[in-house]
Amino acid sequence: MAACRVAVTGGTSGLGLALAGELLARGAQVAFVARGRERVERVAREHPGAHGIVGDVSQKDDIYPIAVQILGALGGLDVLINNASDLGPAPLALLGDTDCEDFERALATNVLGPFRLTKALLGALAASAREGSGAVVLNVSSDAAVNAYPLWGAYGASKAALRHMSGIWNAELEAEGIQFLSIDPGDMDTPMHVLAVPDADPAQLKKPELAAQELVAAVSKLLGTRSIAGAV
Amino acid sequence: MTSASQPIQRPRDAKLLAIDVRGRIQHWPRARFVELLQPGDLVVANDAATLPASLSGVHVPSGGAIEVRLAGRPSLADFRRFTAVVFGAGDFHIRTEDRPLPPRLSPGDRLQLGPLAATIEAILHHSRLVSLAFDGSPDKIREGMARHGRPIQYAHVQAPLDLWDVWTPIAGPPVAFESPSAGFAIDWRELASIAARGVRFATITHAAGISSTGDPELDARLPFDEPYRIPPSTARAIRTTHANGGRIIAIGTTVVRAFEHAAVADGDVRAGEGLATQRIGALTRLRVVDAILSGTHEPGTSHHEMLCAFTDDKTLARANRELDERGYRTHEFGDSIWIARTVQNLPILEPAAGEFARI
Repeated sequence: MAACRVAVTGGTSGLGLALAGELLARGAQVAFVARGRERVERVAREHPGAHGIVGDVSQKDDIYPIAVQILGALGGLDVLINNASDLGPAPLALLGDTDCEDFERALATNVLGPFRLTKALLGALAASAREGSGAVVLNVSSDAAVNAYPLWGAYGASKAALRHMSGIWNAELEAEGIQFLSIDPGDMDTPMHVLAVPDADPAQLKKPELAAQELVAAVSKLLGTRSIAGAV
Repeated sequence: MTSASQPIQRPRDAKLLAIDVRGRIQHWPRARFVELLQPGDLVVANDAATLPASLSGVHVPSGGAIEVRLAGRPSLADFRRFTAVVFGAGDFHIRTEDRPLPPRLSPGDRLQLGPLAATIEAILHHSRLVSLAFDGSPDKIREGMARHGRPIQYAHVQAPLDLWDVWTPIAGPPVAFESPSAGFAIDWRELASIAARGVRFATITHAAGISSTGDPELDARLPFDEPYRIPPSTARAIRTTHANGGRIIAIGTTVVRAFEHAAVADGDVRAGEGLATQRIGALTRLRVVDAILSGTHEPGTSHHEMLCAFTDDKTLARANRELDERGYRTHEFGDSIWIARTVQNLPILEPAAGEFARI
């Protein structure tokens, strides 16, 4: 069974790093994207076989260079995981106190970035689906996408848009065999959570490794017969 | 024909000149292309994405400014070795025909192309055509190309082209040096219309080479060898379509070249990778493809020569006159032509496959 080709954004910390590790452990071919060169190179060194790509999904001009590198490295794509996220203002702020620039950055990272990257990779995903390999786009969501939590305005509104967009993509591309998932991994012990809730007790939070296992299992289930190596 | 000068993949007013199996010509809005398809047909497009294959830099031994245009590769997997055409100083604002020559190139010469370093391995029987090998790992080479390279630009398109201008909607593996631009006509809505008509869709990946070098001697050698891959699902779809009497519709010349190369042994298109080396012209007997949707190409180019495999000279000459008279636009972002392969000795009254169903 040939290995699955997976791209993960935000792959050098938190859930993204755990996803990259989990996918590699299951025999997938992995390309991961993150902004910081130093971290990308370190994670690539620590995960032999993974392709590290330096890029910022919130920047329009970075999207095609990222796509060239993902598709060049993997030769195609079966799974895209849009994981990179921006919290908006940190510390969290009431909407009335939120700077427009912080809101825009959250939208650029959490909505426009996944839209643009998905669009650039759609041809490869459709080719994989036609080959019977299945094709899945997983957009990492949040309970803030559904519930109106005070202080989570920029993040919550952007994640709500991402969640809705996932549903529309899914409806439009069902016939092409590309399936979209929007999953809330739960409150995790990640750098982003520290940024949002600095005084949270890490022991009460989910380990990103556990969330990564759950997400990969969900993707694998959707892929069906040709699941990520070892996942079934 | 006039050149399409705006990088718009699907202009609303795009036109389509269609030639049927009897050599009759009709003019259609390209948006109605789907109506030329019949249930049971198979439409095949090239899903190669376009590389940022234009790399500016310096010829290290002379210090001279150069532009390297990657133009060919030995296989789809190799990301280190390329065939390339080298230009002198200047950029796409100067027509390729008028570009200054590069410094004298020799095997072993080092090239510094932004973050990429390369060595000329051989001069390929022409002072500007070289094979070169990049330093570094494939990941590093891809990063250098992605960050520093630009898609090959055209003097007839004034605004600089970005990758999103030249990737077709279905673009996948980045292996083409210039866009398989016939595919601009097919977007996701079009794919849904194709499916709704009972027509299947499949892809191949073909490393489309460069369309022009600005040098008549080099242009006479086009197209260069092009590696391609035919996925198993596409090979199966061809067999099913043939078995059921459907037609194979190629979106673009690269699909024709790949299929006819793959089928050269016994007419059967097998899945897998190959290297298309042949030229297709008036003397080629097509074994796989029944009709082509292509850009409009000017006589004398290798793309135009391929169209001669579909219909006779007289019909093409008539079509070229009508393209001129009716103001069709040529080149990558231009209008389109559809040619159903001429079927000889058709009975006069019986409607044949591929005939126009309506005007």
